[in-house]
Amino acid sequence: MTLIGWTQIFLFALILLVVTKPLGSYMLKVVEGEKHILSGVLGWLERLTYKLFGINPEKDMTWIEYGQSMLAFSLISMLFTYAILRLQGFLPLNPMHFSTEQAPAYATALTPDLAFNTAMSFTTNTNWQAYSGENTMSYLSQMLGLAYHNWISAAVGLAVAAAFIRGFARRTAGGVGNFWTDLTRSCLYILMPMGIVYSLFLAAQGVPQTFDAYQVASTLEGAKQIIPLGPIASQEWIKMLGINGGGFLNANSAHPFENPTPLSNFIQMISIFLLPAGLTYSFGKAVGDTRQGWALLAAMFVLWFAGTFLCYQFEAIGNPNMQDQGVEITTAALGDSGGNMEGKEVRFGLANSALFAVVTTDASCGAVNCMHDSLTPIGGLVTLLNIQLGEIVFGGVGSGLYGMLVYAVLTVFIAGLMVGRTPEYVGKKIEKKEVKMAMLFVLAAAFSILVFTGISTVLDFPEKSFINPQGATWNNVNNGGPHGLSEILYAFSSATGNNGSAFAGISVNTPFYNTLLGIAMFIGRFLMMVPVLAMAGALAGKKHVPATSGTFPTYSWLFVVLLTGVIIIVGALTFFPVLTLGPIVEEFLMNSRRLF
Amino acid sequence: MIGLLLPSIRATLVLAIATGIIFPCIITAICQVCFPFQANGSLAKQGDKVVGSELLAQGFSKPEFFHPRPSAAGSGYAGEASGGTNYGPTSRKLILGDQSFAGIKQEAENYRKENDLAKDVLVPVDAVTRSASGLDPAITPANALLQSKRVAKARNLSESQVQELIKKYSEERYLGLIGEPAVNVLRLNMALEALPKGTRQAE
Repeated sequence: MTLIGWTQIFLFALILLVVTKPLGSYMLKVVEGEKHILSGVLGWLERLTYKLFGINPEKDMTWIEYGQSMLAFSLISMLFTYAILRLQGFLPLNPMHFSTEQAPAYATALTPDLAFNTAMSFTTNTNWQAYSGENTMSYLSQMLGLAYHNWISAAVGLAVAAAFIRGFARRTAGGVGNFWTDLTRSCLYILMPMGIVYSLFLAAQGVPQTFDAYQVASTLEGAKQIIPLGPIASQEWIKMLGINGGGFLNANSAHPFENPTPLSNFIQMISIFLLPAGLTYSFGKAVGDTRQGWALLAAMFVLWFAGTFLCYQFEAIGNPNMQDQGVEITTAALGDSGGNMEGKEVRFGLANSALFAVVTTDASCGAVNCMHDSLTPIGGLVTLLNIQLGEIVFGGVGSGLYGMLVYAVLTVFIAGLMVGRTPEYVGKKIEKKEVKMAMLFVLAAAFSILVFTGISTVLDFPEKSFINPQGATWNNVNNGGPHGLSEILYAFSSATGNNGSAFAGISVNTPFYNTLLGIAMFIGRFLMMVPVLAMAGALAGKKHVPATSGTFPTYSWLFVVLLTGVIIIVGALTFFPVLTLGPIVEEFLMNSRRLF
Repeated sequence: MIGLLLPSIRATLVLAIATGIIFPCIITAICQVCFPFQANGSLAKQGDKVVGSELLAQGFSKPEFFHPRPSAAGSGYAGEASGGTNYGPTSRKLILGDQSFAGIKQEAENYRKENDLAKDVLVPVDAVTRSASGLDPAITPANALLQSKRVAKARNLSESQVQELIKKYSEERYLGLIGEPAVNVLRLNMALEALPKGTRQAE
């Protein structure tokens, strides 16, 4: 670790802290339909959108109506993307002729199971990629099939978070808001203005933005090199800001065309945490006590810092197996270009790679600027555990906040049990229904990750079978020993957590993995969102309980510590056994020079 | 049911056209006017001939060129197949290699041989590890300096001339703070090519 590395990490945290309050108040104004800086300029467009949707923006929906609209919209959008992907060979803006007879030799076919997996992946904001963008997707598929989902899955996340916040903020109310207005306002006033500035910045840094076909260069030594192009900048920004993470190109944010400079990298990392950080303030403001929001943010910062420290530390120590080959890896000699440089880019170095890896898994982003599969065992453990904790450390757009609030509910429940009082949170009594829904939220994720991983370590199919051509499902990994298990575990953690990053050595583009991972993504998105909306509905209907001297103050440091503790204990109890068999044992084996 | 699905269908169509067609078209138009070089892939040209992209690594193996980091993109530096090895820290293949893959051990041996380094000289780790994209355009200054002797000899230049060029093409941290110092290999090699031949200065 180096001083300059830590300086960059602290600068990152400082910028986030500064923007949280102004951004949070703006976002709250937007979803509540109050006057703000853009409502005068773009108000006509908002009203036109409602007319085109054919909806009544004044209608206040119950949580069931809200949830139905959200699910129906997600279903239609998913079918839409599936159709675009399957039909891309017949559609325009396909200069490389993918899915046609003139496709280049390196093209990958968009089979039905791959299209299903991709459509599910982008609908659920997972952006797991079983394909390589540059040799599979036409420009139209990228823009209309995938970038579109980056926008709306982020906007849907914001909408559900807004509904959940209303659950706490409203008193004896029947409804939790209007899904269509939440969706429209998020797109129009939050995402679009940022998107224009952000995509132009990225293009200026060197991200391509063109509809022309790939270039063929003849290199200085006379070889042919294909230079992939496309409308990348207009997709890259929402991939980061919407915490989607599905790259235009296979190498994602490690690719110089997605993330050309250290500055673009720094901004990309900030944009992952930007909206979720702001939402904590929106929450505090909505419930009438901004300290409540800062307490959640404090717990997030504690967990973020712990992860960053561990990951950076172990990546800086590096891999002794490399050192044995006469390779200089110490950061004392090489600064942040030393340590474990396998799967990392020189322009980012260690600090910015470790920070990116932690940030992208704290949030449910899943963009990567280094290959997580090649991280050191403990560096990889941090990313894995971040996802398994439910991506509540800042988390996805919306999903991070409501995930954290579910844990806050559990925390006051446990604290209430200890002192024998009915727990309250921000003026609402937490009763049977809320705790049941919170537990459903926690258990659904654990079930999906652990059971599906378990299944995938034992199923044996005949070799060259349609369902899994590699034969047994554990043959799909490209690393032996405990690292192989980590690859499978990471795949299902990432899919369930709607993260989308990968220990990418595993070959998942087979009908077996495409389907099972698709199901995991569905569980991770909708079996989380529906209990959250049910909780919001139940809470909105409750009376406000004034705080008394017996109320546990949920803005205190004691609460932050307790909340962090509950998160770690729930996470550790659930996942410690399998982590022991994967990354933890691998750390010991690496240091005793065992290779597989 | 219809009351539920109809707004969903209309919203999907409206938002898809707005975010998936109109938005990228407007951004493309602005970028093609304001940043035509970057928007078209930062192409590096010799005369009219496209020789690569300044942002992407390309293969160099001749002694008169600086060499980039090894690459796992396709068969090496393949623009259509970006990616890393995805080998973990306990992978035998990563460390020791096999017939089809040069491990770190062999990469380090090759590096020493190419650059005429003694057995006890440690090789900088970026020279023997594969990057995440397989197209990492940069190497560390330490790596570049160790290669300068070989390049100078092959080009009949003085070492100090070559090292001056390295210095010129080293990118420092942004504002002295963000990122890591890096040397863009293609830019450096193109600068070498642009030098008049055989201008070895008296040392």
